[in-house]
Amino acid sequence: MKEEEVNFAKNERFQLTMIPGTVAKSMRTCVVWQFIRFLVINIKMLVVVSKSH
Amino acid sequence: MARLVVLGGGVSGHTAATFAAKWLGSSHEVVVVTPNSKWNWIPSNIWVGVGQMTKEEVTFPLAPVYAKAGINYKQAKAVSINPEGDASTDKPFVTIEYTEAGREGQIATVEYDYLINATGPKLNFAATPGLGDANGLGKFTVSVCTADHAEHAFEELTKVIAKMKAGERQKILIGTGHGMCTCQGAAFEYIFNVEHEIKKAGVRNMADIKWISNESFLGDFGMGGLHMKVGGYAVSSKLFAESLFAERNVDWLIGAHVHKVEAGKAHYELLDGSMGVEEFDFSMLIPPFAGVGLKAYNKAGEDITATLFAPNGFMKVDANYAAGAYENWKASDWPKTYQTPSYKNIFAAGIAFAPPHLISKPMSSPNGTPINPTPPRTGMPAGIIGKAVAHSVCDLITKGVNAHLHEASMAAMGAACVASAGKGLFDGTAAAMTVYPVVPDFEKYPGTGRDTDYTFGEIGLAGHWIKHILHHLFIYKAKLNPGWTLIPE
Repeated sequence: MKEEEVNFAKNERFQLTMIPGTVAKSMRTCVVWQFIRFLVINIKMLVVVSKSH
Repeated sequence: MARLVVLGGGVSGHTAATFAAKWLGSSHEVVVVTPNSKWNWIPSNIWVGVGQMTKEEVTFPLAPVYAKAGINYKQAKAVSINPEGDASTDKPFVTIEYTEAGREGQIATVEYDYLINATGPKLNFAATPGLGDANGLGKFTVSVCTADHAEHAFEELTKVIAKMKAGERQKILIGTGHGMCTCQGAAFEYIFNVEHEIKKAGVRNMADIKWISNESFLGDFGMGGLHMKVGGYAVSSKLFAESLFAERNVDWLIGAHVHKVEAGKAHYELLDGSMGVEEFDFSMLIPPFAGVGLKAYNKAGEDITATLFAPNGFMKVDANYAAGAYENWKASDWPKTYQTPSYKNIFAAGIAFAPPHLISKPMSSPNGTPINPTPPRTGMPAGIIGKAVAHSVCDLITKGVNAHLHEASMAAMGAACVASAGKGLFDGTAAAMTVYPVVPDFEKYPGTGRDTDYTFGEIGLAGHWIKHILHHLFIYKAKLNPGWTLIPE
């Protein structure tokens, strides 16, 4: 069974959700990709902060 | 020389006092009355609660900072407000009770020209029998609302992890301890940090972890949820929250009003009216918030608390408290200047102001028990409101009573929020979110109530880095280190 499918079997409610697969999960802690996301998120947050002051 | 008195030294009060002191200079006086000797960056208490930070790392002494800023600091709690003075003086004043070591219990009065009430919440553990004592250190559950509570939570968590390592299966229950709680975000962060630490300890297979909350759906967070643009879709926060819970094998119980806690048992009522009991070996349940219980008296000494404060103890400001049913709620109901309608020299900021109504759709069980999250107004909104109110008061002092008041409606401001899901430089994750505006405006944004160009969220290591950087940045700012005014709230 694929890693992302394991938890579907653990709880009836889990079956109605989406669970990330191996690639999606590894990207969450991929340092290079996350550094890019760090820059993007910071820019997005600064825009919201500037609109709020 | 005018005197501004700020009640409270949390995010909102500290922001208001420090900016007011900077803007007013030495020509006027700023007084801060707060019962605490230390400032606490509350969002990092989560990490104290799992042993990833110490109490000392999330707090610092206030006295040297206020001395540097030229602020008159009184370590005391406010007891009452006399906005018209009393029989002996026409000058408005607050009555305070010192909490400073060596002066505990001493009563004094502090006259003011302008007053900002930023007292924050009373952690109302008493609303749920068994939830905690007056200090929050209950026999049966723990809390992460203060650094001391979080330290205690970690001590208890350590015992549970030791039991799991010894082969004893443990049930962990985390969430909200009453049907009218706010701050689901803190509990959300704590449950995933606990799960992360248990996994790191190698005993994840020995733990049954369950979420219990008063939200009618996962991802409500007291804001009625939010919609984010992801992969070309506008997606509800419900889908993302449920996905994270399923991914981390955390079961959930929602629409729950915890009405009694006993040793190892949380008694609850659900939105469908049914009653149940959830057993646990370790439980962190957030208490509901209430106003701190300030009283108010007029010149004749008559009690006018109901004039200044809503029944929940929060201060009435320029909000529309007569909006009525949910269908009639509008973004314009929310306060803009935070000036009290009855006394123009009194303002409330942060958690201390009374919201006009909920943000989430009101719900109650068939038994008539209200079960819905109350509006969050911590963090970035609290800071922005504190700064706007300080700006208004400074203008009133320096430009006269007809000065324009600055506005900071939660229906016109956004918020950036980073919810930790586990700490670690390379294996940590956090959900980084922005929401604009905090209070949905269905007249301006008829679909979701919010601007989906500025409302987004994603989970990853980048979010964790941001949360960790913000920890240091906001403590740096709160200490008034060089360039502190350049760091936004």
